[in-house]
Amino acid sequence: MSLAVLLRVAWQALRRNATRSVLTMLGIIIGVGAVITSMAIGTGAQAAVLAQIESLGANLIVIVPGSITTGGVSLGSGTRTSLKLEDVTAIAREVPAVAGAAPYSQTNAQVVAGGANWYTSIGGTTPAWTTVRNWPVAEGRFFTEAEVRQSAKVAVLGSTVAQNLFPASESGAVGAMVIIKNVPFRVVGVLASKGQSGFGRDQDDVVVVPITTLQARLTGQTWVNSILVSAATPDAVPGVVDSTERLLRLRHHLTVRQPDDFSVRNIADVQQVRIATSQTQTLLLAGIAVVSLVVGGIGIMNIMLVSVTERTREIGLRMAVGARGRDILLQFLVEALTLASVGGLVGIAIGIATAQGASLVAHWPVIVSPLSVVLGFVSAALVGVVFGFYPARRAAALDPIVALRYE
Amino acid sequence: MQRPVLGNEWLIDVRDLTKVYGDGPTAVHALRGVSLRVRAGEFVAIMGPSGSGKSTFMHVLGCLDRPTSGSYRLAGEEVSRLSPDQLALARNTRIGFVFQSFNLLSRTTALENVELPMLYAGVPREERLRRARALLDQMGLGERADHRPSELSGGQQQRVAIARALANGAPLLMADEPTGNLDSTSSADILALFRWLNRERRITIVLVTHDVTIAAWSDRVVTFRDGLIIGDRPVEEAVPASVRAGVPSMAAARGVRA
Ligand SMILES: Nc1ncnc2c1ncn2[C@@H]1O[C@H](COP(=O)(O)OP(=O)(O)OP(=O)(O)O)[C@@H](O)[C@H]1O
Ligand SMILES: [Mg+2]
Repeated sequence: MSLAVLLRVAWQALRRNATRSVLTMLGIIIGVGAVITSMAIGTGAQAAVLAQIESLGANLIVIVPGSITTGGVSLGSGTRTSLKLEDVTAIAREVPAVAGAAPYSQTNAQVVAGGANWYTSIGGTTPAWTTVRNWPVAEGRFFTEAEVRQSAKVAVLGSTVAQNLFPASESGAVGAMVIIKNVPFRVVGVLASKGQSGFGRDQDDVVVVPITTLQARLTGQTWVNSILVSAATPDAVPGVVDSTERLLRLRHHLTVRQPDDFSVRNIADVQQVRIATSQTQTLLLAGIAVVSLVVGGIGIMNIMLVSVTERTREIGLRMAVGARGRDILLQFLVEALTLASVGGLVGIAIGIATAQGASLVAHWPVIVSPLSVVLGFVSAALVGVVFGFYPARRAAALDPIVALRYE
Repeated sequence: MQRPVLGNEWLIDVRDLTKVYGDGPTAVHALRGVSLRVRAGEFVAIMGPSGSGKSTFMHVLGCLDRPTSGSYRLAGEEVSRLSPDQLALARNTRIGFVFQSFNLLSRTTALENVELPMLYAGVPREERLRRARALLDQMGLGERADHRPSELSGGQQQRVAIARALANGAPLLMADEPTGNLDSTSSADILALFRWLNRERRITIVLVTHDVTIAAWSDRVVTFRDGLIIGDRPVEEAVPASVRAGVPSMAAARGVRA
């Protein structure tokens, strides 16, 4: 029998029990849908993390106060204040293979410019920050070392903030005045746009001011929240981490028995943890996918066995007019395959829709890869063949005369 | 008197055929040593009481079932040595089987039912349709090709089944009580069709019946009892002349059919 005939016969048989066929497909639909969705979310998250590492720079080292042991946070009293501005200059001066070191402290505040106002993140740092973060200025200029020393009331706006505070004129931002916590700042520049960090956080939603100004005028802190250090090359990162640790222990007068009152983290390691987390989620969804595919397969096997029993006389008649065992086998195999494949196609559609929905509603980064679509379809078809084989074999092994007499 | 027969070969040559269902004390000996020869072109009726083994015999002849012992040569070839696939091929191309209960696929049109054996023979679509339409036309069902079995009368359904049995040009037609579910008018119709196929198309027919008025249409009557053949006579000896008088002549029958 030709494939076209086989497909038509299978399609007719499935249409005859349309409701039953759809219910049978449900397991496959959910399974394939889960395959597509999990892979879209997994690939998306991974790509986002990689993009983030890219935008932060793989050579970046972050120093935060407190001894943060693996996973847990154990902050002794006062350790939050352990990092000082002098530590930054010492690192830049004394640690070899450092391209730049910059402090970064952060607070949130309302920024007002004329009639417009915008709630955003205010960062305090030094000019070295543009090098360390590899983040140039698009318009105007960054503030200078001199302005840091003078605690000048100057600000550099992230592109999102600039657009929201000065929507009408693009050139209007530089030179304008903004008010942060009742302190007037002069805008000296606008940062280049970095875009989404990949997890829905807009990196351009920021205002950067001299660290000294932030400490004196906005937060009143004398310590810094973090120090960003960039190694000269990716290979230099471990050496820089070691030297920095030794230098800081020395500067903080820690005895051999005292633990670090800071922790040095390589940004690649931090992101590795996030990748691992997203991989766990992906694995979980993949597990659901496998389970539903197996359940779907058992459903198909069950329905095909019922179908073979119901159509025993038909099988007998087909054999009586010349169908060989393998013709019957093929007929039922194609039927199971059609059932699974149609379920697979519907599952792919639902999986893509779910992934897009997650991206739209929860702002998850999703990427529906062609590979996942192929994988989804192939696994559905495979389930059809594997679970359809036993019922088809049973049908093919029937004795013609016994089948014909079956009531 | 005997009609002249074409060729000397036996189309069907059965020797000492037995068929036992089950084993031990509950075993049923449905056939207990049956021997029968049929030439190409004959029209044989098989009669006998219920349970005498007629259907069992027909199933063996139709390659639907295997005998327990004995020899069955179909056109000179020993059937008991054939593989399952070869038996399927024999059912497909060499034997047409007609059942009492028609056995049509219920959700398929008359045309598709006739196409069925050709599907398994790998006949191309165009040829399939052409042959199926021609056969249905011959059966007087040209108008009903696209009807489903449920939309046809019993007689019409049986004619679709006969068209299906002839689809691959089988020279042998086996019919197990083909008129058992039909009224007398439809029965006469089917029997006239059988006789026409036998006389005009030279198709060999073996037909099982309980009814002597049906056996009267044949040329030769074989009688079964308890799994054995107890009689094998020409129709003129087996069926009384008064009954045979009820069978219309070829010309009259064709008149009816036209
Ligand atoms: N599948 C089977 N299993 C066991 N016994 C069977 C089977 N088929 C037939 N028989 C037995 O074999 C014997 C012959 O049956 P068969 O159907 O050949 O008779 P028959 O002459 O066709 O009868 P009828 O005129 O009623 O159709 C019967 O005793 C029957 O009970
Ligand atoms: Mg019978």
